[in-house]
Amino acid sequence: MKPEQPDLIIRMVCRGLAPFIQLFGLYVIMHGHSSPGGGFQGGVILASSFILLAIAEGSETLRRRFSLAALTGCMSAGVLLYAGIGVVCLVLGANYLDYGVLPFSEPRSVGMLVIEIGVGITVMAAMLSIVRDLLTF
Amino acid sequence: MKSLHLVVTTVTGLLLILGSLDMPDTGDPESPPATHVSPRYIESGLEETAVPNMVTAVLADYRAFDTLGEVTVIFTGALAVLLILRSGREEDDS
Repeated sequence: MKPEQPDLIIRMVCRGLAPFIQLFGLYVIMHGHSSPGGGFQGGVILASSFILLAIAEGSETLRRRFSLAALTGCMSAGVLLYAGIGVVCLVLGANYLDYGVLPFSEPRSVGMLVIEIGVGITVMAAMLSIVRDLLTF
Repeated sequence: MKSLHLVVTTVTGLLLILGSLDMPDTGDPESPPATHVSPRYIESGLEETAVPNMVTAVLADYRAFDTLGEVTVIFTGALAVLLILRSGREEDDS
């Protein structure tokens, strides 16, 4: 059954809004350690922009752009990025997830930023993969 | 058998309520969590983590291992939902 195309105005407005929502989501992730926000919230905001596009354009667009393999890969990659930073800290001679030994000028902030990015990727991919299978139109 | 279940449930519930009576009041400054780790987080959080946001300092630094568990829960939950949603499907559009 071919669904009816949504209204042109709705599609164009959603296309125009999506980049700004994505920018805000990235901002929330990147500023998680200095202002309210973080990986969980930013990941959901990022996912919501893609869900908005899917609702406006039909779920076929979402299914075409995000394959299930890519989404599950992103989910795993986020968790692995998080756990990997912990292992890097171990290798450099500190406790697991003790960012103080990372070779940066502000190691703790960088460590937190990396794990927030990992959390964001996982949450975004998890939301999208669920919505991808739930959307029926 | 049903009455036994009722008795076990009631007794367990009463025990849990009894146990909760000894809990410190919400926001009590004398409670063990407020006198044990919270002062450390509040007083030395900024210099130890170099992060101005105390919530993130606790969440992503002091308790980073806990947050790793949370992410794993989300990952596992999403995988479980995917498996249940796709269990009856024939086509494979991976």
